[in-house]
Amino acid sequence: MSLSLTARVAENRHRRARRHRRLIGLLLALIAAAFVLTLLLGQSFTPPRDILRTLMGEDVPGVAFTVGQLRLPRAVLAVLAGVSFGLGGVAFQIMLRNPLASPDIIGISWGASAAAVFAIVVLGLKGSSVSILAVAAGLGVALLVYGLSFRNGVAGTRLILVGIGVSAMLESVIAYILSTAPAWTLQEALRWLTGSVNGAQLAETLPLLAALAVFGGLLLSRGRDLEALRLGDDTAAALGVSVGRTRVLVIVAAVGLIASATAISGPIAFVAFLSGPVAARIVGNNGSLLVPAALVGAALVLVGDYCGQFLLPSRYPVGVVTGALGAPYLIFLIVRVNRSGGSL
Amino acid sequence: MKPHTLIADGLSAGYGEATVLDGLDLAIPPEKITVIVGANACGKSTLLRTLSRLLPARRGKVLLDGKSIHHLPSRELARTLGLLPQSPIAPEGIAVADLVSRGRHPHQGVFSRWRREDDEAVAAALAATKTEDLAERPVDELSGGQRQRVWIAMALAQETDLLLLDEPTTFLDISHQIEVLDLLTDLNQTRGTTVVMVLHDLNLAARYADHLVAMANGRLHVAGPPEAVLTEENVRQVFGLQSRIVTDPTSGRPAMLPIGRHRMIAEGLSATNEDSA
Repeated sequence: MSLSLTARVAENRHRRARRHRRLIGLLLALIAAAFVLTLLLGQSFTPPRDILRTLMGEDVPGVAFTVGQLRLPRAVLAVLAGVSFGLGGVAFQIMLRNPLASPDIIGISWGASAAAVFAIVVLGLKGSSVSILAVAAGLGVALLVYGLSFRNGVAGTRLILVGIGVSAMLESVIAYILSTAPAWTLQEALRWLTGSVNGAQLAETLPLLAALAVFGGLLLSRGRDLEALRLGDDTAAALGVSVGRTRVLVIVAAVGLIASATAISGPIAFVAFLSGPVAARIVGNNGSLLVPAALVGAALVLVGDYCGQFLLPSRYPVGVVTGALGAPYLIFLIVRVNRSGGSL
Repeated sequence: MKPHTLIADGLSAGYGEATVLDGLDLAIPPEKITVIVGANACGKSTLLRTLSRLLPARRGKVLLDGKSIHHLPSRELARTLGLLPQSPIAPEGIAVADLVSRGRHPHQGVFSRWRREDDEAVAAALAATKTEDLAERPVDELSGGQRQRVWIAMALAQETDLLLLDEPTTFLDISHQIEVLDLLTDLNQTRGTTVVMVLHDLNLAARYADHLVAMANGRLHVAGPPEAVLTEENVRQVFGLQSRIVTDPTSGRPAMLPIGRHRMIAEGLSATNEDSA
């Protein structure tokens, strides 16, 4: 061996980092390609030249509506919601060291969704006040689940079981509110039950973008502490992580992301749950999972929505497609965790 | 560099309703190897967890260099005092060098770049634990002994002057136990690291300790050099076990031979074990 050990350590570290960056680049390229595809191809093909002209603000007959009003807002919302679900989901999974501990399994998405339905149907609210209520309800449910599963500290399994119970309760609340609203269409009902980016408007993506900047930034700034938590709470504390404070910040940030997205798109089924493990399969263990999971989330919603609209015999909201992917994986995980204990 | 002092002063701690440590006083001698022994559930792990602030003290305090650790910033504490818990978790598929580099956490800021001294610390930790050839292997493929050396390497990369280890030899066969204890002794002798560890095996404890601490019922029963601590009387009081103490011909340290109810070659040696722990 001609290289000194220090040089070898440095070289290996660089290699891991390069590999990590390359895979992130690949995911970005995939999302960009899917994004362009959804703009170009819908019921009909729109030439790229017309899309560019529309994006520049020109009024191209026909295209201005299909692309500017339908496809573009839809794709933007799909990306933002996917990033939010992916980030929020993986943060919970890492923090509790269990892929089943994602916010859509432990009731947080359902809390936000129930609050959004209540705000819209019963209170007649719109826009950012719905989002604020959804975030508050998400935090409330997080606190409730945390409190109910607290006994000499929080054990992951107990928290997950309590969360599944709370989810079931909240789902029935949503179903009840929807059933008492006579004017509610099936399309809209499905948004709150499985999630959809149907009828997206650019204006409503702005609060989500703001939430993503605030909560996503907060989460990324705790990325290193979150990585240390993967070694166990005791090891992380021994490495100088304030476990309690990190946990609170991560919960607030992740709930903020999940709830803000849910308030607009509904709880898009299993995106929060799937993104982390899929990202882990793709990028392996060469760096933080936060950004890869966010990108996988965006890709899942974007591609899932496209499939639901154009590749299936009938039109389905994106949540139906991601749900069809997520449910078998959930069963697989429960079987596997039952055998081994499991981690991300 | 001034050696660090670590002192527990009237320390009480516990979980939920249960009080595990009950007014314990202990001074860790600097730059020595301290081994803590005691019966199951006497509070050994709780003591290590409280000394390293993983668990808050209910009463009393822990003093590092005369200052209460409960007021120190987490990172600062983690640069002086390291702890290897009983069952740390290795993320699936993580490479050895990557895991060891996690030990640099307290030396890095939120967004600060990885520096040359970080690489040097990781390399030194790999070399000291003879894990350099495993550097690129996934941790989950290693044997128990190799894995334990990797965890110790991570604690070494943290470059703390005090190192606390909770049963670093559990689940290891005897040759790997000796390997780990020799490694910690090397570390103590070459770097002057103060080592504090919990061990189950009294004979290994007596052989490797400079300072032996016996705990019973959440308190310090007796502490001192192994010759003074590992006595038939103390074994009876702490473990409720009759025993004979002989001198280990290799190390000259005391060694304990337990006496049960069976397999006696001579009448009169047999004794009833009384539960005095």
